[in-house]
Amino acid sequence: MTTFRLALVGAPNSGKSTLFNGLTGGRAKVANYAGVTVERRSGHFLTPAGRDVELIDLPGIYGLSARSLDERIAVDVISGTAGTDAKPDALLVLMDAADLRTHLHLALQLKSLGRPMLLVLNMIDLASRDGVEIDVRRLENLLGFPVVTACATRKAGRAALLERLDALIGAPVPTAASGDATSLAALQRSARAMAREVIVREPPMNTVTRAIDGVALHPWSGPLLLAAILFLVFQAVFSWAELPMTWIENGFATLGHAVATHVPEGWLRNLLVDGIIAGIGSVIVFLPQIVILFAFILALEASGYMARAAFLMDEMMLRVGLNGRAFIPLLSSFACAIPGMMSTRTIENENDRLTTILVAPLMTCSARLPVYTLIIAAFIPPNAVGPFNLQGLVMFGLYLAGVVSAVAMAFLLKRTLTRGRPQPLLMEMPTYKLPDARDFAINLWLRATSFVIRAGRFIFFVSIILWFLAAFPSDANGIRETWAGMMGSWLEPLLRPIGFNLEIAIALVPGFAAREVAVGALGTVYAIHGDDTTGLAKALQGAWSLPTALAFLAWYVYAPQCMATLAVARREMNSWRWTAFMFIYLFALAYVAAGLTYWTAVWLGL
Amino acid sequence: MKLHELKARQRARIRSIAAGSEQMDVKLREVGFSEGDEVEMVGAGPLGGRTLAVRLNRTLIALRTSEAELVEVELA
Repeated sequence: MTTFRLALVGAPNSGKSTLFNGLTGGRAKVANYAGVTVERRSGHFLTPAGRDVELIDLPGIYGLSARSLDERIAVDVISGTAGTDAKPDALLVLMDAADLRTHLHLALQLKSLGRPMLLVLNMIDLASRDGVEIDVRRLENLLGFPVVTACATRKAGRAALLERLDALIGAPVPTAASGDATSLAALQRSARAMAREVIVREPPMNTVTRAIDGVALHPWSGPLLLAAILFLVFQAVFSWAELPMTWIENGFATLGHAVATHVPEGWLRNLLVDGIIAGIGSVIVFLPQIVILFAFILALEASGYMARAAFLMDEMMLRVGLNGRAFIPLLSSFACAIPGMMSTRTIENENDRLTTILVAPLMTCSARLPVYTLIIAAFIPPNAVGPFNLQGLVMFGLYLAGVVSAVAMAFLLKRTLTRGRPQPLLMEMPTYKLPDARDFAINLWLRATSFVIRAGRFIFFVSIILWFLAAFPSDANGIRETWAGMMGSWLEPLLRPIGFNLEIAIALVPGFAAREVAVGALGTVYAIHGDDTTGLAKALQGAWSLPTALAFLAWYVYAPQCMATLAVARREMNSWRWTAFMFIYLFALAYVAAGLTYWTAVWLGL
Repeated sequence: MKLHELKARQRARIRSIAAGSEQMDVKLREVGFSEGDEVEMVGAGPLGGRTLAVRLNRTLIALRTSEAELVEVELA
């Protein structure tokens, strides 16, 4: 028996991903749609009758006039024009049961495509709790296709859906609609007429949501609450991640030692220990911070708050020339620019999306932290400045420099290269709800593994290449005589005017793989063995002046020192030219910022 | 009057949508705006408030004054 292909269709926040995870257990196969870089998530499950169903999770749509890249894909798959991705056999249409009146026209619009379909009135538990009553039988009769109520998070809530699905699979394919192009206004009129007949009881909007929004959307308390939430998130990212990060570092160190004792001395041992294990370890060590940040982002999304954050940020984003929706990718970029860039796909306007991708690397990602921490510990005294600590203030200043630069850059770009009318904002703010634990865990797992695979695969190869550069020619006496050392000495004259010495130039070469690798590279250049960061801090104190150290920090705020980000940027922008532009502008900023910092510090006599 | 002219907590019924702009007409309708529906101004966003929160039936929607201008309403 062949697989039955079922596409999941519905508005954003109608609970598609939750239903997908519930039905498939989160076991998804992720591939790209033919010709575009949008991910196509699909999974399998068995119906009660034992039929194998392939469920395709589509991006959310409000209607068939697609706007963003995500929406265009969804519409192409539904209407069967998505090229090699075969037409789905049926549509599973999800709708928030709490407001049938506002959403029902989507079902009529989809019906006109003449595909077999099943309408699911989702989150029926929340709607019933509010006091909403719907005559489902009557709705089914009026629509002419099966309708079930469901609660996607619960197994019992999905049982009726599965039963009706078996009936749908066996049913004959309906004949396509007569082809008269009904206007959206007319569809809405019939949908509203239907809604009037089937909605038995419809109390006013959820009172809890109204009460929370009285604070959360208020022009004064709203931004304060958002700031408090963001503060909590960053506090958690830094303090909770510390312990697991130490475990991971130790784990990889132990693994390296174990391999070193079992593999004979020689290039293979060096490649395994210094190249591959150290390279992968340098990525995995950030996983705790990234997982914590993702966990908060997922919880904010699932609870319904994220759309409010976008609402609150919209005015500020609009002044820059962007849209409130750009806030979410930029927030993700504090963990890592890669997932940030990937989440720009929900932005409709191509120019806005491009601008967001271009400035995402300016957000201080977690890979810059080890560099910042090392240099600050070595050069900035922990003096008290009022109630604050000078080291903490410098760290905050570096984060702030990134954010301010991103805003300024986006402002400039939107008025020059990516000019265009500001994209309209039209976005539902869903009813608040408690995130479902199982669904949350599945989504967190999916995001974390996708980060590890995406970044890890790339870092794996780059770390081999860089290890090669730093280990050969094999008769080299110290790192200065290796290829990396030679490349460093070519760079050195270029970097001398901004206060960098030969050692920094050499460390920057492997630092291109990933920013944090520069810390290890500095250790190698200054011949510090193992993970002795206090020893390295001491060595740096003796070798660098304070202006040089500050210039190095300024450099790291901007420099595009991460090949994985550039690779993902190229894929997301689908353009070598824009990638080259991003690389050059970030370098130019890094060079100017480091130079300005160095000469100002020298002038101040620091 | 226009949707963006409603004061906070004022309710109204939609009379017409985006006369003259077919593109915005489709966008507004797809999100759910339709003649005869009930809307309520929930409030404006921070910093000058060009971003509005509007209740449409039982759904809360964020939109800008430039979009809300296209929705003609009458006080309920």
